[in-house]
Amino acid sequence: MSAEPLLSVRDVVKTFEVSRGFMAKKKLVHAVNHVSFDIMPGETFSLVGESGCGKSTTARMVDHLILPDSGEIIFDGKRIDNLTDREMQTFRRDIQMIFQDPYGSLDPRMKIQDLVAEPLLLHTDMTAEERRKEAVQWLNIVGLSEAHGQRYPHEFSGGQRQRVGIARAMTVHPKLIIADEPVSALDVSIQAQVLNLMDDLQKEYNLTYLFISHDLSVVEMISDHIGVMYLGTLVEVAEKKQIFEKPLHPYTKALLSAVPQPDPDHPNQRISLEGEIPSPVNPPAGCLFHTRCPYCTDICRRVTPELRDMGNGHICRCHRTEEINQEAGKDHVQV
Amino acid sequence: MGEKVLEVEHLRTEFKQEKKKYVTAINDVSFTLNEGEIVGLVGESGCGKSVTSLSIMRLLGDTSGRVTQGKILFKGQDVLSLSNKQMRNLRGGRMSMIFQDPMSSLNPVTRIETQMMETLLLHRTKDKAQARRMAAEMLKKVGIPDVETTLRSYPHQLSGGMCQRVMIAMSMSCDPQLLIADEPTTALDVTIQAQILELMKKLQREEKTTILLITHDLGVVAQMCSRVLVMYAGRIVEEAPVHELFYNHRHPYTQGLIDCIPKIGSGVRRLPSIRGSVPDLALMPAGCKFAPRCPFASDECRKNEPELLPYEGDPTHLVRCFRTKEVLS
Repeated sequence: MSAEPLLSVRDVVKTFEVSRGFMAKKKLVHAVNHVSFDIMPGETFSLVGESGCGKSTTARMVDHLILPDSGEIIFDGKRIDNLTDREMQTFRRDIQMIFQDPYGSLDPRMKIQDLVAEPLLLHTDMTAEERRKEAVQWLNIVGLSEAHGQRYPHEFSGGQRQRVGIARAMTVHPKLIIADEPVSALDVSIQAQVLNLMDDLQKEYNLTYLFISHDLSVVEMISDHIGVMYLGTLVEVAEKKQIFEKPLHPYTKALLSAVPQPDPDHPNQRISLEGEIPSPVNPPAGCLFHTRCPYCTDICRRVTPELRDMGNGHICRCHRTEEINQEAGKDHVQV
Repeated sequence: MGEKVLEVEHLRTEFKQEKKKYVTAINDVSFTLNEGEIVGLVGESGCGKSVTSLSIMRLLGDTSGRVTQGKILFKGQDVLSLSNKQMRNLRGGRMSMIFQDPMSSLNPVTRIETQMMETLLLHRTKDKAQARRMAAEMLKKVGIPDVETTLRSYPHQLSGGMCQRVMIAMSMSCDPQLLIADEPTTALDVTIQAQILELMKKLQREEKTTILLITHDLGVVAQMCSRVLVMYAGRIVEEAPVHELFYNHRHPYTQGLIDCIPKIGSGVRRLPSIRGSVPDLALMPAGCKFAPRCPFASDECRKNEPELLPYEGDPTHLVRCFRTKEVLS
């Protein structure tokens, strides 16, 4: 593994202002709190968590669509979070995005071929004919034909549209692709096609992915490293294998056990979480997870735990990591 | 095995596309639900799962769709021949439904109490105070912590999980004998999904409700159902007890669906997928509808459509395929 990360997110914070009604006092939504992670070139790093945990906000900050309140984002050795939009233009080519909704993210009035060629118009000085050729080539790579290029988005199924989205992102040979829930809107049978395509492209072009998903089973397929988010903070970061075989944080464990397994003989060892995710406007004191945690004690309610390295780069934010995993050593989620 | 609650026989529903042109959304769908069982109905989007449920509930209403063939018997009573008024008495009372999107299926401009009482006043009681008490009791049953506040709330003040609990409370409030749950947890996060599934199971155990669970998630099916119907292109292609379906399925579509789900902890990086996608309703292939995507398709499959027949004489395991012997071998 090369030493320099391609993307480094350091202690990033983002809050949004909300006000409840006229004259009301402004309140803050703590969307992302002190999030840090590195992604090595050629690797897939996934952020997982439930809705509202800040995973998409983090992705948007990496893509410079939202600016962080504090913290640094370093891409390819250069700090990008403080660039102006114009300065950012040169990096846009290297950071491309694939969106969740294949229906909403393609201009319905443009031909597929023009949609795929559009980034080339922005980032290169190719002639129209060169752009067309390049677009056709990419359509072929993602499994569509030249004839598809003459059609409009509404003529395509969800899976095909997602292929178009991928071709469009790939035309400018990016280094980093941010994929925000790229398969969540697709049927399982089609999910597999798109994930396999993303995997092929990664190998072929040495791509780096920042993959955002709520679906742990999808994340397991595509990731090298995984970060689990809860209420705007990272609660656990580790290699994929560690997360699935030896999860340390109680939230990760509950999340893993909550996924229904497609096997009627699978023993139901669900760790059920009480209640719901607290509002990010009034996050709980102490550990953010303490309101739903089955292992919560007094210290959890008072003191915010720090991220601690539990060995081999397995990072966990929990006061009771050692105790929990000692006593629960045998009933690790066996899946 | 209990009494038959719902019998669907050779159901066919068509939708008007343009003038005088009809497409068949579901065709020759037959199945039976027995008292107290949870039966799963699975398939990809566009394969007719929701049209089946809307046909049973007679909720196609003013859309361009209509049932053109077949019978739907609820406790022996022909649902299709009922008048609209009789149907209204049945719907929400002895037969009820939970929809996929809890946020948009509740009325945004009335309080939860009004919505819940409406159903109860129609089916159970004429006394408003009693209806309110019943609503409160039902909310308590589905695990809502602060019942009074919830009753006074509007849907937008509740989270998705809470709204779905309210929907479940509402649909269960008149002791239905049949509950059709159309993707009840798809819009929810996994930890909340786990809570809701647990709740549905508990209610089913206590009240002996028959549930038709429509979902695309085979994980949910494995955890919840005793029997499964697999639908493809508007037809039932396989029906089997849950264990049989996962371990001894005979239809290549079922096999494809099961193979392409990522399993947690399996460590695979690549998954088999079903090539192609669901055919357009207006452009259905001749013969077996799955043939264009099927790895086992032969000339016969492309010419004739197979029937839904017992596999090796087992009346509980039905499959619609000519080449059952090849699958899984």
